[in-house]
Amino acid sequence: MTTTILKKATSRRSTSHPAGPRRAGSRHALRRGLSAYGFLCGALICFAVFSWYPIVREALLGFQRTNFVGRSEWVGLDNFHRVAGDPAFGKAWLNTLEFTGLALLCGYVLPFVTAIVLNELRHARAYLRFVVYLPVMLPPAVAVLLFKWFYDPGPGLFNQLLHLAHLPGLNWLDSTSTALLSLVIVSTWMNMGSGTLIYLAALQSVRSELYEAAELDGAGLLRRIRHVTIPQTRLILLVMLLLQVIATMQVFVEPYLLTGGGPQDATVSVVYLMYLYAFRFNSYGGGSALGLMLMVVLMVFSAAYLRVTRDGGR
Amino acid sequence: MTRTLISDRALNTPRGRVIYWTVLVTVIALFTAIFVFPLYWMATGAMKSSGELARTPPTLFPRHPHPGVYGDAWRRLYLGRFLLNTLEYAAGAWLLQLAVCVPAAYALSKLRPLLGRAVLGMMLATLMIPSTVLLVPLYLTVRDVPILHVNLLNTPFAIWLPAAANAFSVFLLKRFFDSIPGELLEAAAIDGASSWRILWSIVLPISRPIIAVVSIFAVVGVWKDFVWPLLVLPDGNKMTVSVAISSLSEQTPQNILIAALVIAGIPAVAVFLVFQRHIMAGLTAGGLKG
Repeated sequence: MTTTILKKATSRRSTSHPAGPRRAGSRHALRRGLSAYGFLCGALICFAVFSWYPIVREALLGFQRTNFVGRSEWVGLDNFHRVAGDPAFGKAWLNTLEFTGLALLCGYVLPFVTAIVLNELRHARAYLRFVVYLPVMLPPAVAVLLFKWFYDPGPGLFNQLLHLAHLPGLNWLDSTSTALLSLVIVSTWMNMGSGTLIYLAALQSVRSELYEAAELDGAGLLRRIRHVTIPQTRLILLVMLLLQVIATMQVFVEPYLLTGGGPQDATVSVVYLMYLYAFRFNSYGGGSALGLMLMVVLMVFSAAYLRVTRDGGR
Repeated sequence: MTRTLISDRALNTPRGRVIYWTVLVTVIALFTAIFVFPLYWMATGAMKSSGELARTPPTLFPRHPHPGVYGDAWRRLYLGRFLLNTLEYAAGAWLLQLAVCVPAAYALSKLRPLLGRAVLGMMLATLMIPSTVLLVPLYLTVRDVPILHVNLLNTPFAIWLPAAANAFSVFLLKRFFDSIPGELLEAAAIDGASSWRILWSIVLPISRPIIAVVSIFAVVGVWKDFVWPLLVLPDGNKMTVSVAISSLSEQTPQNILIAALVIAGIPAVAVFLVFQRHIMAGLTAGGLKG
């Protein structure tokens, strides 16, 4: 029954579509096109207003002075000059780079190593997978505020643990030397679950013959990781690297909730500075100028990401 | 039988077995300490009195547990209202996103109109722009929507409408629809079904797995979002639970704040317990295989 319908459909398609009468075909195509745009209109409106228009507007805002009273006026590169002259500007970029670097060191290597270990375990797999992903499900504000309490220099959990080990307590968020690191620790804790599970899925697709062959050739554990595991998961490693750079360069919630950029601008990030300009100093132009700079930097990574994922699919 | 990095043969030697069990126990202990203990500390910390919270060394179990603190936090921080707000934003964003993205992806995949490829390209191009970069222009747009000149601040639409323009969902849905054989749909068309009918009765039932993935992304995305609701819902009655707790965190006693964090975390953990399999499947579906 189904097969006959399918056959009928295919045969009809092959006769009427490419070789059918032209007028009927074009009228049909027109109707089809109209109904297609009927399906698309909701998305077109939403994208036009809340995606495409803001993108264009971002590019304009950076070169304008905007307020809600008068009209926007063109000010050329003034916003960029002003933002770049801010003493926090250089600090914000350095902090963001340092945060990204540290977050990669912990949050990129750690999930991969964890996934390799988890993949070897034959017991408690469901528990371990569940537990590592649990913090990812928490709203970031909850996780960050929880850690704010842990970082409390007095009765906070971390200093209590240090005391337990007879080590001196740290000032965590209040010291310029540990504040940024503290942000990296929360960020890693609440995000590493997704990386771990993605790597775990990738590791399960590595063919066992390759390990078998490598072992027959006398490759030890580390050499098997280097010559089989890593090359076989190369693509996903690259994709995750790019995604993680893009995500961590936009860090905002951690400095906003934990330190407010302090102490002494030690944790001001680019997005946090952008937030300050746009929503505290009422300078939408300054905020947009910072946003444009960040966009240019991140576009390199997102273009690479799109390229890699597209090539990977073929 | 598939093998991994280490073969079963190596694991079955006496030495392999010792190493395996040592590693297993260490990993379980470490994971529990790192990922579960903080949550235990939070849930029990809420039940300690302010005096006990400030004590050094801390107590592993609350001396005199005060479970009533949870009730205090619920009432004093109006958590019921804020949780309900968040639920409303998440549910609306989910429905609207499906209502907008599913027909769009269907049109781009199966009806293939003139300029369809260009439209898809423009949608996917938005994925290149980091989301935080658009905070300022999007905020200004929501504050004064072009043409209509309405202010959406402090309304649910400020969350719902931008969430509907989700290129990643369109991409995931379209890729799935592409894999549905065209013959199936054309057969229905010959039987006189309209395009809407085909989408509703044939495409949607087949597409349940991908719709589950997109739904989870939509709901979790709104639930976890912090910056956007912080900007567009500043009204003390309209806030999401995350924004409300963080804005009240300074003037709230420590144990009440911790209790509020526990309550705010429970829905997420509950959702995870129920939809664990879908969430983990979605993670890998969204990750790669483009």
